[in-house]
Amino acid sequence: MASRTAPATQSPPIPAGLSRDQLLEIYRYLRLTRTLEERLTALYRQSKVVGGLFRSLGQEGESVGSAYALDRGRNRDFLSPLIRNLGSMLVMGAEPVQILRQYMAKAESPTRGRELNIHFGDLERGYLGQISHLGDMIPVMAGVALTFKLRAEPRVALVYIGDGGMSTGTFHEGINFAAVQRLPLVLIAEYNCWAYSTPPAKQFATAHLADRVRGYGVPAVTVDGNDVLAVYEATRLAVERARRGKGVHAVEVKTYRRKGHAEHDDQHYVPKEELERWARENDPIDRYSKRLLDSGWAEQADLKDIDERVRAGVDEATDACVDEPAPEPESALPAVYASPATAERLWFRGL
Amino acid sequence: MAEVTYLEALRQGLWEEMERDDRVFILGEDVGIYGGAFKVTEGFVKRFGEARVIDTPISEAAIVGAAAGAAHMGMRPVAEMQFIDFISCAYDMLTNYVATARYRAGLPTPLVVRGPCGGYVRGGPFHSQNVEAAFFHTPGLKIVYPATARDAKGLIKASVRDDDPVIYLEHKWLYRRIKEQLPEGDEVLTPIGEARLAREGRDLSIISYGATLWKSLEAAEQLERDDGLAVEVLDLRTLLPLDDAAIMRTVKHTNKVLIVHEDTRTGGLAGEIAARINEQAFEWLDGPIMRVTAHDVPLPYAPTLEDFVLPQTEDIVKAARWLAAY
Repeated sequence: MASRTAPATQSPPIPAGLSRDQLLEIYRYLRLTRTLEERLTALYRQSKVVGGLFRSLGQEGESVGSAYALDRGRNRDFLSPLIRNLGSMLVMGAEPVQILRQYMAKAESPTRGRELNIHFGDLERGYLGQISHLGDMIPVMAGVALTFKLRAEPRVALVYIGDGGMSTGTFHEGINFAAVQRLPLVLIAEYNCWAYSTPPAKQFATAHLADRVRGYGVPAVTVDGNDVLAVYEATRLAVERARRGKGVHAVEVKTYRRKGHAEHDDQHYVPKEELERWARENDPIDRYSKRLLDSGWAEQADLKDIDERVRAGVDEATDACVDEPAPEPESALPAVYASPATAERLWFRGL
Repeated sequence: MAEVTYLEALRQGLWEEMERDDRVFILGEDVGIYGGAFKVTEGFVKRFGEARVIDTPISEAAIVGAAAGAAHMGMRPVAEMQFIDFISCAYDMLTNYVATARYRAGLPTPLVVRGPCGGYVRGGPFHSQNVEAAFFHTPGLKIVYPATARDAKGLIKASVRDDDPVIYLEHKWLYRRIKEQLPEGDEVLTPIGEARLAREGRDLSIISYGATLWKSLEAAEQLERDDGLAVEVLDLRTLLPLDDAAIMRTVKHTNKVLIVHEDTRTGGLAGEIAARINEQAFEWLDGPIMRVTAHDVPLPYAPTLEDFVLPQTEDIVKAARWLAAY
């Protein structure tokens, strides 16, 4: 390939102030997201995943690109992902073994078998698990951002919403409250063309999600969600403005959900050729790899090396937890409240 | 000692907690310059500033959701529902998000949602509700419902300090009707989860809370005067978790129980209390556990209708007489 022999001096400048190491780190998160989900698919087929499996195939780029725009580390920026934002959690520091344990409902999982899939958080690493009720995380993350504002901490909260989730009342209440309060909140609005089986035309009457958000006085841009660096750059700008006290900002990412709502969903309602076209022409990882190589920012060998190390890491994480025990039944009782410490074991269990 | 109303006691408690702990802040509709629809937060914005007394849009789900997010981050939010009837707009946020947060994700969620509830004030169907039963069924929430000025203060302070989410129900009929001498300077704190014996007796127990606690006490006095009956009255104060020990104590003392609440009958708390007595003190009963509650209809506006639907002192007197004679 031409790029492999091109001298570094002829490479176009790396955009958005990123370094070559950062470009490769972004690639690693993209690859990790996909490899981990492929492993989960295998475990799902072996009936080792207890519940449903939700893939983010085709959306890894916007998840990773947006989260990468945050300041990460202990007590820095904060995000709340949706079910197709595994990549964003990995960027914030979630470990593959935690994801595997969650899906397999292991005793050692972050929620000790209490919650599903990627519904878990880490206050220090800076992410908050969603609940299934779409839209609820908007007011909650407004409250997180409100705390940053009250304490005058230069921190930003970032929250995701989909083209379906934006139809909920809590979304509108939350974004309006945050806008009125000029909170340091960044909204990533994912236009992925499907809410379960419902297309955007049945969900809302505007062309773009950004149009809806602007009605609340929130500046919004629309970017190609499968262009990782475009998502990164737009989010970075939004994050910086939010951090400077300029209030809520939104980035709409146009992307495509290439799998069903969950693994059980055969997508019979999706035109086959549309799926094939997105896979063939618009895969975010393929596009990013090609750009890295064509621009001379990376060599094929660099990417291959990352791929291999990611696979080894996922293998290791799988081996570490696949045979771990399920939670003890009675561990269902504690910690409903801070006090009392445990719920009552009912009398018939003592018979 | 100074004489304060139920409302003033609540205001004092909130004020003291705001002074004591700068993590405490208030958010709700018209809580700032207006001081709240019933003036509970009057003067707060002047003392504590707009950052800690936040006027919000009319968005109960956003109010509770934002309180939850702030609570996770170490704050101690107190959210006001202008009337408790509107808490239903935040039902999802409270039952799905807030109540489960500690259990499912280990998230600290110390917040208070408070608001004026209850009838006897000609408020019609949407400014008179009692909502305890809607949340009583949700593990993860606590519910307190003071009947006295002392507990209005003691329970708001305990609620703010509690590490769990607390729904604090304040009865608007009691706001300015109840006055009590409260010590100044002394810390007034009412432990969450403890009922209070409001009146001792041996013939029959009335278990109640909120406004009907006072109607029960009035009935008890009348029964003593007219019938020579010694009626014991238990003020629950905390509805979730229920103080089973106090309930069983009074049952075992009098052997007859009348449960009185202002909320409607079907699915009301009286049913759960009766079930627990049945499970834990069946052999101590000398009669059926009876209920005096609102009728199972939305609360109507016209005085003649509201008075008919809600339990009145006379209803309690008659029911107690019937049970005493059983």
